[in-house]
Amino acid sequence: MSGPVEGLEPQRFTLTRADLVRYAGASGDLNPIHWSDRVAGAVGLPGVIAHGMLTLGLVGSAVATWTGRAEVVELGAKFTAPVVVPDDDEGVVVEVAATKVTRDNGLMTIAMEVRCGDAKVLGMPKAVVRA
Amino acid sequence: MDASVVDRAFAPVGPYVVSAAKVAEFAAATRWPGEGVPPTFPILLLNDAMLAFLADVGASLERIVHGEQRFAYRRPLAVGDELTATLRVASLRTLGGADVVGTVSTITDAAGEVVCEAKATLVHGGGAA
Repeated sequence: MSGPVEGLEPQRFTLTRADLVRYAGASGDLNPIHWSDRVAGAVGLPGVIAHGMLTLGLVGSAVATWTGRAEVVELGAKFTAPVVVPDDDEGVVVEVAATKVTRDNGLMTIAMEVRCGDAKVLGMPKAVVRA
Repeated sequence: MDASVVDRAFAPVGPYVVSAAKVAEFAAATRWPGEGVPPTFPILLLNDAMLAFLADVGASLERIVHGEQRFAYRRPLAVGDELTATLRVASLRTLGGADVVGTVSTITDAAGEVVCEAKATLVHGGGAA
């Protein structure tokens, strides 16, 4: 495991239930596991969880911040662990850290680690931008 | 789900017109810094393509887990784009009683040019994760 890349400060995003509702409306993904404790519990989840695509959206925003909104050529990840968002005012923090940057032929590849607390929540998150 | 779904192309979804208002709403929800269309924005269209596919094959939405999502862009999205998504099943395998479906959705613009290719892995069944 490597530390964060110099110059690319880890980006932290706080998510509360209100943020999940906002993303549900913006994305049209109304799956109740992202807003109903009853349904989340019934399918065996530890609680209401953030949309995986919201977490990936935050990754895109972190990359945009690091690169001055460079043109994205590739962006993706596996959704490996849930981001459980409690029904309180504090919410949880998702941290996006760049772990490796490589440059080749006008393209910049950024490998990352995305965590919520101690848990890695995305598998192989990676972005390629024109920079 | 059986192997006959592999390589089948499902009915296109769209056209979807990218509006400044929807981009602003999506950008705020994903903390996008500044102007432009966030790279995960096509999920609006892809959700519809995936729901149509799942309904077509009779899969139950409650038992679906989104396992992986990757976007590959030919050009950035812009407000005013008219987008159409066509989903194809690229792979199907069974893992611990669950169907693991690899889908590739091609997103084209009004001129028929490819804007983005989106790969999603959907896991169906096998009990709660």
